[in-house]
Amino acid sequence: MTGEHIIGKSMPRREGRDKVTGAARYIDDITLPGMLYGATVRSRVSRGVIKTISFGDQVDWGDFVVVTAKDIPGKNCIALIGDDQPCLADGIVNHPEEPILLLAHADRHLLRKAVEAVLIEYEELPAVLTMEESELGAQVIWGADNVFRTFLIEKGDVDSVWENADYIVEGEYFTGAQEQLYIENNGMIASYDAQQGITVWGSLQCPYYVHKALMTLCNLPAEKVRVVQAETGGAFGGKEDYPSIIAGHATLLSMKSGCPVKIVYDRLEDMTATTKRHPSRTRHRTAVSEDGKILGGEIDFTIDGGAYATLSSVVLSRGVIHSGGPYHWPAVRVRGKAVATNMPPHGAFRGFGAPQSIFAMERHMDRIAQVVGLSPVEIRRRNFLQPGQSTITEQTIREEIDLRKLLDRALELSHYTAKKAEFSRQNASHAVKKGIGIASFLHGAGFTGSGERYLASVVGVEGCADGKVRVLASSTEFGQGTNTVLCQIAAEALHLPYDLVDIAQPDTNQVPNSGPTVASRTAMVVGSLVRSAAIGISQTLVASGMLNRSYTSEQFRSACQRYVAEHGQLRCYARYEAPPGIFWDDQKYRGEAYAAFAWAVYVAQVAVDLSTYTATVEDFVALQEVGRVLHPILAKGQIAGGVAQGIGFALYEKVLWKDGRMQNGQMTNYIMPTSADLPPIRVFFEENGNAHGAYGAKGIGELPMDGPAPAILNAMEDALRTRFDAVPLLPEDIFAALMANAHGGC
Amino acid sequence: MNNARENGACKNVGKREVTLTVNGEPESVLVYSMERLLDVLRNELRLTGTKEGCGEGECGSCAVLMNGKLVNSCLVPALQAAGANVTTIEGIAVGPKLSALQATFLEWGGAQCGICTPGMILASWQLLRQKPRPTLDDIREGLSGNLCRCTGYMQIFEAVMEAAARGSVE
Repeated sequence: MTGEHIIGKSMPRREGRDKVTGAARYIDDITLPGMLYGATVRSRVSRGVIKTISFGDQVDWGDFVVVTAKDIPGKNCIALIGDDQPCLADGIVNHPEEPILLLAHADRHLLRKAVEAVLIEYEELPAVLTMEESELGAQVIWGADNVFRTFLIEKGDVDSVWENADYIVEGEYFTGAQEQLYIENNGMIASYDAQQGITVWGSLQCPYYVHKALMTLCNLPAEKVRVVQAETGGAFGGKEDYPSIIAGHATLLSMKSGCPVKIVYDRLEDMTATTKRHPSRTRHRTAVSEDGKILGGEIDFTIDGGAYATLSSVVLSRGVIHSGGPYHWPAVRVRGKAVATNMPPHGAFRGFGAPQSIFAMERHMDRIAQVVGLSPVEIRRRNFLQPGQSTITEQTIREEIDLRKLLDRALELSHYTAKKAEFSRQNASHAVKKGIGIASFLHGAGFTGSGERYLASVVGVEGCADGKVRVLASSTEFGQGTNTVLCQIAAEALHLPYDLVDIAQPDTNQVPNSGPTVASRTAMVVGSLVRSAAIGISQTLVASGMLNRSYTSEQFRSACQRYVAEHGQLRCYARYEAPPGIFWDDQKYRGEAYAAFAWAVYVAQVAVDLSTYTATVEDFVALQEVGRVLHPILAKGQIAGGVAQGIGFALYEKVLWKDGRMQNGQMTNYIMPTSADLPPIRVFFEENGNAHGAYGAKGIGELPMDGPAPAILNAMEDALRTRFDAVPLLPEDIFAALMANAHGGC
Repeated sequence: MNNARENGACKNVGKREVTLTVNGEPESVLVYSMERLLDVLRNELRLTGTKEGCGEGECGSCAVLMNGKLVNSCLVPALQAAGANVTTIEGIAVGPKLSALQATFLEWGGAQCGICTPGMILASWQLLRQKPRPTLDDIREGLSGNLCRCTGYMQIFEAVMEAAARGSVE
């Protein structure tokens, strides 16, 4: 046995060598013999009835494969949670860019002209383009009332808190859509064969989501559908649900043509047609005591789901549960609502509803501080959740978390107090105004409530004929380090060197369903299963008499080789079982929402140039408690990357809409931060063991998305003494707010 | 490589021969005049390490060195590359040994999803040739034409600093 620990060390990224040499194969790098290229004809209107479809005679249609909804062998839907989203519009369209018809040709250069030559006439219907229009209900575009889902959380007696309140603080906060902007656009290759069924390779997060969608779409049994993940160039939630649509399209073209078909989007198509972060509106009304204690309050959280239900109900759920932040609410009523509009459906993006409701909570805390006359630091200190107290869903905090200590350390690392005083002195006489702001927050790891129990994920570990070990999981690598961390865990559990452990390419023919790679669940939930399955391998070898309880890696290898030679195969599987004593009520939305929370305090320092109204983040401290850090470099990379996306969400990334269609679907006019735009992102961990995850890990991936936007806007208010309650906040928005303020606003 | 229909009647109509040197090897390809250098590398020469991210010169994923200069190969027409000396990510490692930058990107977390990595390494390569001892601001500025959505750039800066400290780009 190796005496060395692998957990906690920064092992080389498992697939890293291929990435730095350019050898890694992403979907657009793969070409199959006889392959055609596919393209999608999309709706030009936001809502309407399709009257006619005709094919312009400037194109020789003889060489094209054409697919419409009539060619779908199974059910015309993208099976996910509900089945309301068609794979191809049939008669009516509900949003701009909705797929209507598919084309394929051997020469991809001919496709663009052909797409333009398909003429579709519509009878346009009035479209619903904002949450407010949707709520008014003059046009009903979904169900009976345009509402996909509502949630109600009630804790304590909220109605009784108002009369004893010294202050009642109200606020309304907005967040905009945000594009995931993975650098690799979406893409899929499908190959159909009557005997084998359908195989798709693609850029994706969740192989079994695609698998389920294709079974329904094609009316095929599970064994006739195979989904393989190619190397995936970033995802951030953006490749959670949409890949099922592209896989469906490529599959339909392949079934009709008999050839493999590749569909790879260009940037414009990817940005205008695929999902984004849900825009949100949050209203807070909070009863506060004279000494700044929250007595109770009402939170109203609404998100824009776009034209189909897709993932909106679960995004809403996470947003609702995180809406109270890391604070103690003796009484609270939270109403959550996801509404329909005629926009392309919004979807998963890192944080999944939490960045929206946490933005509101953290801006609102600064407002409460102002009203009460306390500092932003003190108001938080007085309201932090303590172990033994319960969250808004009445989940008792059993973790040893000391948020006051975490806050103190973040203040120290950022020199908060000294800087705040210095900026306040200097701002009066400087054209560049500086400010510093904080955000404290929590993020639940894993699926919400009963989610993990329903998923019942399975992981396998295989002892191979060469004596090495291979992890079998559908968990995907898209940059965050899945391959590396799961190999580390298996190696640690088996006391083997890291190099003796590998991980299978996610392929539904080869790996069990370990659930989707979402919700910061991989290291914590899947990691624990990897550990159990790995221990099963050594136990099997010991029980067979081929291996002693204590062994060297050479002894392990030879025992493994011998076992496989004698028995043909050595595999152990582990299935998720909910820990005992976990209670969750799906009806009342009450109980243990998450197996574990990560906790954080972020501090942003901003400078605003009043000659250009440009805001720049000058320093950023990200301090968090995520349980045990399994791999310091990967963990730091997750935080810095998430913070960079959060800075984009706050100050750079604005989707411009017209009639429900994104107008700036290019990297030239939708601006994400470059290396020259970002401050030093200083990442720190407070380590704390936790019984839940593998070797004490909790979730990490989504957490860093939650804090930057509120910390930055709190700093903006500190710099400019002007309230900013919406992100993104671009120079024109800063200018408008300052003008409104100068004219007696605020 | 191409399928039957593309190799049919209209094969090579309007195409021209372009010769260039790629990673030290002379190459001759038959391309449409306005086909992009990116397509020549990826489709004709099967050097798929060069990536397409935006197709309009914003993201830098398709960056290669052409006659010693960093260019976005999606903006270079194939004809303009005639006679040029082009280096792609495949020409950076010599045999099984990684170049210093490739090794430090791997060790310091400079590559996450990997899609921007080839372009980012070539941009860093060019930067270190021009400024063997870059300051942090030199790196921030020098890599600002290459977008990375995963890392927040911090570990890329560290990787470039470390490669510079090791002294040789190669």
